[in-house]
Amino acid sequence: MAVVFEKPHALCDVANHYCPGCTHGIIHRLVAEVIDEMGIEGDTVGICPVGCSVMAYDYFNCDMIEAPHGRAPAVATGVKRAKPDSVVFTYQGDGDLAAIGTCETVHAAARGENITVIFVNNTIYGMTGGQMAPTTIPGQVTQTTPYGRDPKLQGFPLKVCELLAQADGTALAQRVSVDSIPHIREAKKAIRKAFENQVNKRGFSIVEILSTCPTNWGMTPLEALERVRTDMIPYYPLGVFKDKDVWNREEDK
Amino acid sequence: MLTEIIFSGFGGQGILFAGKCLAYSAMILGAEISWLPSYGPEMRGGTANCSVCISDEPIGSPLVTEPDILIAMNTPSFDKFEPAVKPEGVIIVDSNMTERKSQRKDINCFYVPAAQIAQENELAGMANIILLGKLIKECPDKLNGVTAETAEKAFRKIIPVSREAMILKNISALTLGMTC
Amino acid sequence: MEKVLMKGNEALGEAAMRAGCKCFFGYPITPQTELSAYLAKHMAKRGGAFLQAESEIAAVNMVLGASSCGVRAMTSSSSPGISLKSEGISYIAGSDLPCVIVNVQRGGPGLGGIQPSQSDYWQATKALGHGDFQLLVYAPASVQETVDMTFKAFDEADRYRMPAMILSDGLLGQMMEPVMFPDIVPDIPEKPWACCGHKNKREHNIINSLYLKPDELENSVLERYKRYDAVKRECTDAEAYLCDDAEIVITAYGASARVAKSAVNAAREKGIKAGLFRPKTLYPYPVNEINEACQSAKTVLSVEMSMGQMVDDVKLALNCRIPVEFFGRTGGIIPTPSEVLEKIESLNERSR
Repeated sequence: MAVVFEKPHALCDVANHYCPGCTHGIIHRLVAEVIDEMGIEGDTVGICPVGCSVMAYDYFNCDMIEAPHGRAPAVATGVKRAKPDSVVFTYQGDGDLAAIGTCETVHAAARGENITVIFVNNTIYGMTGGQMAPTTIPGQVTQTTPYGRDPKLQGFPLKVCELLAQADGTALAQRVSVDSIPHIREAKKAIRKAFENQVNKRGFSIVEILSTCPTNWGMTPLEALERVRTDMIPYYPLGVFKDKDVWNREEDK
Repeated sequence: MLTEIIFSGFGGQGILFAGKCLAYSAMILGAEISWLPSYGPEMRGGTANCSVCISDEPIGSPLVTEPDILIAMNTPSFDKFEPAVKPEGVIIVDSNMTERKSQRKDINCFYVPAAQIAQENELAGMANIILLGKLIKECPDKLNGVTAETAEKAFRKIIPVSREAMILKNISALTLGMTC
Repeated sequence: MEKVLMKGNEALGEAAMRAGCKCFFGYPITPQTELSAYLAKHMAKRGGAFLQAESEIAAVNMVLGASSCGVRAMTSSSSPGISLKSEGISYIAGSDLPCVIVNVQRGGPGLGGIQPSQSDYWQATKALGHGDFQLLVYAPASVQETVDMTFKAFDEADRYRMPAMILSDGLLGQMMEPVMFPDIVPDIPEKPWACCGHKNKREHNIINSLYLKPDELENSVLERYKRYDAVKRECTDAEAYLCDDAEIVITAYGASARVAKSAVNAAREKGIKAGLFRPKTLYPYPVNEINEACQSAKTVLSVEMSMGQMVDDVKLALNCRIPVEFFGRTGGIIPTPSEVLEKIESLNERSR
């Protein structure tokens, strides 16, 4: 009997702790498929954040390090400088990457650090029970914006890909979504490119993935996917914000 | 025997360098030595000083508060450290940089127009080494045997070979100091 | 190898490279600056990686990353910068990672000053971050000892899988003394736990400090404390100077121990039976050694460049068996030998 579908080797054969309908599972799988397809599991070191994906070290089969909140790009930098031939990726949520870890993120990009950043944006702090994130959309109700995010009070959301596209060290800044099959296919291509960039030493690559949080949004999984389409994509447009070879300019031509 | 020395002046006069040359010379002779600079904003154009200790025994506190010898290259540092010099101590002053004379009767004070000597001999900026030469001449029994020869060896250790001209200038300045 | 004249900070940098340190991450701060500058100049040429991080926080987390790969890694700072690093240091300790952290202490609290101080003793030995953990803390008192302890810090950090700190200060970092360097360490120990890619030859390694189940977390801490017990048995180091017949024993570490030694010598010249006990390790504290050194002591005097921090450990180590007095200057003031001598003389008078 022909095998048509199986678990990627780079994913551990364990049950994960993510909520039903959360798209972390899809994103984990896409990252693992890319690692499998590129045959890099033995060289890969993953860095987990603090947040919902804090325990991703139990889910990926490559070597894994758990970083302090927001510091994953700094930890990744340490790994990459110590072992330049390793393949290093961080897997971070919006609170981790765009609030407490903004400094580490921006400077890793500015240095053109050859790392791959998987940025999962679901506009909320999931692990702690649904507080306002740096990416929470104006009007969005959270535990700490019970009357909806009011930019006059809480400021505006941070558009990370648009921001990092300005950094000279950024090779790839692309926003994708996993709300539909075509978008999932697109997301996988972007993740593959972000890893290939690293192997080819092209610079800092970030893929921002619009994701869901049915639990803290108070929605069914299907409603949550619909919210990605109706609320998030209009505010966070999908697309490539930067695609440039930072370190090998001749190949770029 | 422990000898405690303070080199003092403005930042940029080579205070720290002169102290380092003396420390290195004594080290070559096998003495115990320490060199401690003042650091911080005062280095940026304010007063600078360093403490040098030379001894035949391990050195305790490297911070000199009551020097046996004071080299003063400006008025503020002359004013500041003169009262702290031990009785029977020595002060060597760049007399081009301060007009004041010491009123103390219990010390030996030498006034060397070092800046002028340096200028006249095309050794601008080397008043520090002229004063070091004077120090070596006047205090032979306090420096654990440091001589012009050991100072020359120290120059060659501290200044890269590629800057031979600079080494020679330092030697000239030292010789001038030894003769004034 | 011949003796060279070097600043404490630069000598520490040279020693780190010779001890096999391959990665340094730092952030500018006075008075540790020369250490970073020295490594910036030399490290890449010798096959290492130097990087000036965007913050103290990033620097210590880069150390976490490099150490996770199994290489010897170091960061350095001065007091306010060490406070910023405390988060990362707690994670490093909780992840059982070795590394070396240098604190060239300056006056505090807050921005404080930039002159030498010893007011980070509590921070280094008791509270460098949240949670149950310790660092090995080495307290050099000379440039040579700074070098020797740097080698030891890397070795012991690897052996016990815990962070080690060199607790220096502005005086030791800025001063020059003759120094001789040990030979380059050719090989560092294998680290089978390292996260440097499993090469498809082993199960994946995980470096982690998260244990959501209390019993698992407790077990991990208990396991770590077993190592601390071994550290306490095996790693203490101290110098006892003229303590055999001493009636007044001064306890001091680092720069203040140098001042105290001068004062002890002066006291002996005056016929006062004074001695100096100098811990070289502050964690583990040399408890047996201090008790041995204080056998004939009637009074103990802790001399520090702080308002009195190590004095607590002196009392604990002596079980309050002997009266323990304190003398200190703080804020960047270095006490003079004559100040300390005065205190010794007054204690001597009192005990008559």
